Amino acid sequence: MFEIKDLHVNISEVEKKIINGINLKINPGEVHAIMGPNGSGKSTLSYTLSGKEGYEIEKGDIELDGESILDDEPDERAAKGIFLAFQYPIEIPGVGNLSFIRTALNSQRKFNGKDELNPAEFLKILREKADYLNVDMEMLKRPLNVGFSGGEKKRNEILQMALLEPRFCILDETDSGLDVDAMKQVSKGVNSLRSEDRSFLIITHYQRLLDYIKPDFVHIMAKGKIIKTGGPELALEVEDQGYTHLLN
Amino acid sequence: MSELKLEAKDGIDQETINSVKSLGESYKYGFTTDIDMEYAPKGLSEEIVKLISKKNDEPDWMLNWRLEAYKRWVKMDEPNWPMLNYKGIDYDDQYYYAKPKSLEKKPKSLDEVEPALLETYAKLGIPLKEQEFLAGVISPENNKDTKPKKVAVDAVFDSVSVGTTFKDELEKLGIIFCSISEAIKLYPDLVKKYIGTVVPRSDNYFATLNSAVFSDGSFVYIPEGVKCPMELSTYFRINAENTGQFERTLIIADKKSYVSYLEGCTAPMRDTHQLHAAVVELVALDEASIKYSTVQNWYPGDENGKGGIYNFVTKRADCRGANSKVMWTQIETGSAVTWKYPSCILRGDNSQGEFYSVAIANNYQQADTGTKMIHLGKGTRSRIVSKGISAGKAQNTYRGLVNIHPKAANSRNFTQCDSLLIGNKCGAHTVPYIENKNNSSRTEHEATTSKIDDDQLFYCLQRGINEEDAVALIINGFCKEVLQALPMEFALEAQKLVAISLEGSVG
Repeated sequence: MFEIKDLHVNISEVEKKIINGINLKINPGEVHAIMGPNGSGKSTLSYTLSGKEGYEIEKGDIELDGESILDDEPDERAAKGIFLAFQYPIEIPGVGNLSFIRTALNSQRKFNGKDELNPAEFLKILREKADYLNVDMEMLKRPLNVGFSGGEKKRNEILQMALLEPRFCILDETDSGLDVDAMKQVSKGVNSLRSEDRSFLIITHYQRLLDYIKPDFVHIMAKGKIIKTGGPELALEVEDQGYTHLLN
Repeated sequence: MSELKLEAKDGIDQETINSVKSLGESYKYGFTTDIDMEYAPKGLSEEIVKLISKKNDEPDWMLNWRLEAYKRWVKMDEPNWPMLNYKGIDYDDQYYYAKPKSLEKKPKSLDEVEPALLETYAKLGIPLKEQEFLAGVISPENNKDTKPKKVAVDAVFDSVSVGTTFKDELEKLGIIFCSISEAIKLYPDLVKKYIGTVVPRSDNYFATLNSAVFSDGSFVYIPEGVKCPMELSTYFRINAENTGQFERTLIIADKKSYVSYLEGCTAPMRDTHQLHAAVVELVALDEASIKYSTVQNWYPGDENGKGGIYNFVTKRADCRGANSKVMWTQIETGSAVTWKYPSCILRGDNSQGEFYSVAIANNYQQADTGTKMIHLGKGTRSRIVSKGISAGKAQNTYRGLVNIHPKAANSRNFTQCDSLLIGNKCGAHTVPYIENKNNSSRTEHEATTSKIDDDQLFYCLQRGINEEDAVALIINGFCKEVLQALPMEFALEAQKLVAISLEGSVG
């Protein structure tokens, strides 16, 4: 179980308070969506949960199975099963996509006391998942995210998610920059990863993505707080009427 | 000429800088060998030049060649144009000749070599026994993943060659691989014909000094049509204190021949600076091809800039024959000061020169390195790929010349210089000189400067890769093109060395 308790966050660089007391409990198997207007603190939340430098926690806690993860470095949080699908996946020139994913997987396995996979074992697993997500081998041989189209970058994020098998997945505006077909493909990937012991936090501006990935809960975030929680119908309401009436 | 000076901005977090800090701390080859040495008196004079020549039992023509160089050198001034800031070298306060006493008579076989010397090379991971073995400058425990391969080694300890392996096997093919002191005695005609023809005695201050006092080095001759079946390598070790190493390497690839040659270097950790001034001359005749790879890992000094090797090296290749080809690859991780410009004179029509370089400067290290491509023949091509990495308070300069002469029609050059900065106290400089005097010839120059940014690091961390591994991954990605130019077995070693040089604890 993943739990956010009365979380208050400042961005150190600008000394600005972005998150003003968020409480959220996410049980295994649940899919939660967070929607909200620009500047409501959605991306800050995803970076804070994954432990990025520069996000100062003024108050509150983040717990995984009842234990605080605030002291864990980002790589330790990752190895404990927290995965962030980036809104803008980062390019790293000269580092092969395939060897990057293998390094990541083996680092996590090592952290969790498991044997590292040799290249053959890894390739076998990779092929299976890549096929399903429509990622071709050519894309795996290229340097990480370099020259990838928007759709390729997002598919590559989901492929990493499929291989790393996290317990808690954060999708930060995964739908941004995707056409309808690419969005369907990415959603298909995410849906295939839904399971009883894996939960999701989907951050998005638009209801559209939630047509393909059906959430159990929808939260509306504004000014660093969750101002309303409901079921999928809340997303439709936003789509229909915008955020303004909720903010007042 | 244009100059680019860029410094990293704030942003990289302190931990990265810390994790990347000391090269000195992680220098694995800093041990000294306790051994009885014979020294020539300190300082440099005509007498010392004569003594070195006598020690090597040289013919008169060689002695005279040296003396002329010496006479010229005393009238020359140390160059002050490089972007290097170091305390002047006191040429009278060092030894120019140091030799283990046990090598008074050159050992006939390795069994006769003093055990302390053999142990030194074993510790460095350099195979002096003729086994199927991998040569490298990294300790042998790293070698288990790689398939063993034959590598012939000439081991130079301070001023003299300890021994050369696989000589007999190579001799059957007519290949000569021996120390240059032996070559002067055994193959005087070859040496006379080529020595100083690529790097003349008057070339520059350090090359002239070397011409006067060089004590040993390697000699290679590959006969016409022969493809050398194994990697040849020389391993240079400076051990004695206050001693300069002045080696001279001469490689001749006759028509249609091929050779791949590796060079590795290390030195003990000492508080004082030591001078290394080498000369390397390569000659490629018609359709010959030489691949010359260097992993320079001299002691860089400690994290406060104390000690370390002053590395002033002149390396040049003459692509004398048509369709000949020379490829320089260098991984420069060591030395307190590096001054080195491996160059190609593309004299033969359609000859090709390539230069691939990774230069890493950490702490107080300074590197001023690059290449010269002189296009004289028609249809000549050159390619320069330089990757400079600066960390700590280091300064890293790429200095390169591409010169296309009026007669070098239809020639091409491509240059790419990339700099990577780690932290905000280091500097990267690019000083390219491009002179094209032929309308049908083209040059291209690309340069970038970047730093490891927090977003790249965070992306790796978020996938579960720890910070040290992440830095190593990003840096190796940055150098990939150059590492791939190394012989395959060596590339793995170099990749690890790059990580070690920059990370303190990785590897």
